[in-house]
Amino acid sequence: MSDRIFQKLNILADAAKYDVSCSSSGSNRANKNKGLGNANQGGICHSYTEDGRCVSLLKILLTNHCIYDCAYCVSRKSNDIERAAFTVQEVVDLTINFYRRNYIEGLFLSSGIFKNADYTMERLVSIAKKLRLEHKFNGYIHLKTIPGASDELVHQAGLYADRLSINLEIPTKEGLKLLAPDKNREDMIVPMRYLKNEIIRTNEERKIIKSTPTFAPAGQSTQMIIGASGESDKHIIQTAQHFYKNFNLKRVYYSGYVPISYDKRLPEIGSAVPMVRENRLYQSDWLLRFYGFNADEIVNDTHPLLDLDIDPKLSWALRNQHVFPIDINKADYNAVVRIPGIGVQSAKKIIMARRFGPLRIENLQKLGVAINRAKYFITCLGFQQIYADKSGANIKQYILAQSTSKYIKNNTQQLTLF
Amino acid sequence: MLKTLIYDGTWPGLITCVFCSFEYKWQIETIQQNNQNIQSGLFVTSETVITDDVKVKRVLLGLEKKIGIQGIKELYYVFLSELKNMELLILRSIVYYFKPNNKPNLNYANDDILQIKKIVKSVSRERHRVKAFVRFQKMKDGLYFANLEPDFNVLPLIVNFFKDRYADQKWLIYDLKRNYGIYYDLEQITEVKFSHTLDKNHVSIQLDDDELHYSYLWKNYFDAVNIKERKNTKLHVKSLPKRYWKYLNEKKLL
Ligand code: SF4
Repeated sequence: MSDRIFQKLNILADAAKYDVSCSSSGSNRANKNKGLGNANQGGICHSYTEDGRCVSLLKILLTNHCIYDCAYCVSRKSNDIERAAFTVQEVVDLTINFYRRNYIEGLFLSSGIFKNADYTMERLVSIAKKLRLEHKFNGYIHLKTIPGASDELVHQAGLYADRLSINLEIPTKEGLKLLAPDKNREDMIVPMRYLKNEIIRTNEERKIIKSTPTFAPAGQSTQMIIGASGESDKHIIQTAQHFYKNFNLKRVYYSGYVPISYDKRLPEIGSAVPMVRENRLYQSDWLLRFYGFNADEIVNDTHPLLDLDIDPKLSWALRNQHVFPIDINKADYNAVVRIPGIGVQSAKKIIMARRFGPLRIENLQKLGVAINRAKYFITCLGFQQIYADKSGANIKQYILAQSTSKYIKNNTQQLTLF
Repeated sequence: MLKTLIYDGTWPGLITCVFCSFEYKWQIETIQQNNQNIQSGLFVTSETVITDDVKVKRVLLGLEKKIGIQGIKELYYVFLSELKNMELLILRSIVYYFKPNNKPNLNYANDDILQIKKIVKSVSRERHRVKAFVRFQKMKDGLYFANLEPDFNVLPLIVNFFKDRYADQKWLIYDLKRNYGIYYDLEQITEVKFSHTLDKNHVSIQLDDDELHYSYLWKNYFDAVNIKERKNTKLHVKSLPKRYWKYLNEKKLL
């Protein structure tokens, strides 16, 4: 038993943990060669850390040596920390042995940049290749695309990985220039665009030639750090929407900045991680992806910051009272799903159930609607809207007064999506 | 006359009961498994139902037309929940399903249907958790072994998942609560039963030489990825309920 491998794992898992994505979903790679593993479309969390986050993948850096000096990153070259590097074989052994014991769904491999972008990317790709070809490994592989890596290497990565990601990290160009002077947006966007086009091209090809090899079947994702560069929620959500639309991203992740540096450009060590704000951003992200909202409806020039005390959907409803009340028994799905207190699941159930007869408040309750919130915005059988003339501020007061503390205190930790 | 039906405790057995209650227009008071203490009221006669595949097939075919495979799967989940009176709930719903109506299993306003959806949700959650929380230990002879005590009888629901995933290793998952396991020998799945209670010490002697190494590496990894500035015990315990901890090496090892 070598102690060094324990040390390496400590250092390189610790350095990788600020990448919040741990998703193993979106791929359904089958185990067709009687090899090891497969990918589960919905993803699986095999454990949860004490901070409540899902542990699905073995998430490590190949190395934390880095030639760059991004202010917000623990691995920046000017930081005086212990450095380590795995060998290719060590990463392969850890992945296979963890996987066989059902600890993980697969590997999420990232790295500091050593020598140059291509040199680093080549190592990452060689590990994925070895797992796939030599070990017949069909589990999930997420590789980080190194900004500035050549098309050829990015292409190879797509052949072996399920998902690829490049983190934007800083939502605005100006912020990036200030905090990561060695980096530029363009180096990130070029491979992103290349991947997007390749994914579209291979999907088209597969429609004609079935045997076309898969190419990054779980798509690409990115991450933005929240609260490190003074950006507004408007910047973040607009950027997210831009990347969803123009780069077909599967996910955008938001990572509340954890202070790790005495650098004057950044929040000081000991300041709180903006977890409520992070949660509101995830809720907004859901509104973009599943609720048919446009970024402008959530944040805009007159309303550039998200409310921290109420969720963005309720906030939108209170600013748009002219849309309400909505008749539960008549309105179409798109309108129903926008009502506060009704989620995607209950909206679908409503549409299904009302075919068997008009719904009353009691029925809605059983379908999982949060009546406490929905009642200000709906009409249904036996229930007329009596709050329609109340102001948004009044209704907000009523709802907050009734809610549990999670909507009132800004620093509570227990948060849920809607 | 009210009747108590007694069946063999299997899914086909229960479906045979459903058939009989339709065919003979019986009024059912309770449905009980033959390994339980049979209880019946004063004015109730009991009837032992013999499982009959032909009858089962007829019920399931009819049901499939009404509620599809998905609907039948839901009833099977309710059966595996082993909840008290789940037999009657299944019977009542099937009676309801056979009434003329369009896609009746989507009528969320009906109390029984809601109840079924709720149970299906709990059983599915347990199934999902077992998929996630099984921790194999490698034995000297190459077998990957895991044991657990799920709340519901979910092993039948995870067989295919593990078979597809771990196609190139021998494995055994054992339900200590119900005292049976599923074993994969690289070719096929068999149901197995230990003849004596599991001896933990005996198991630990048989572990592969590398087993502890990897188990500790995993625990090590688990601790390293935690961000202590974000500590959230409530969420941690909600996602990873304490009753599973004794099976999770990352929570159990020191
Ligand atoms: S390039 Fe990546 S690893 Fe290197 S300092 Fe910047 S963020 Fe950190």
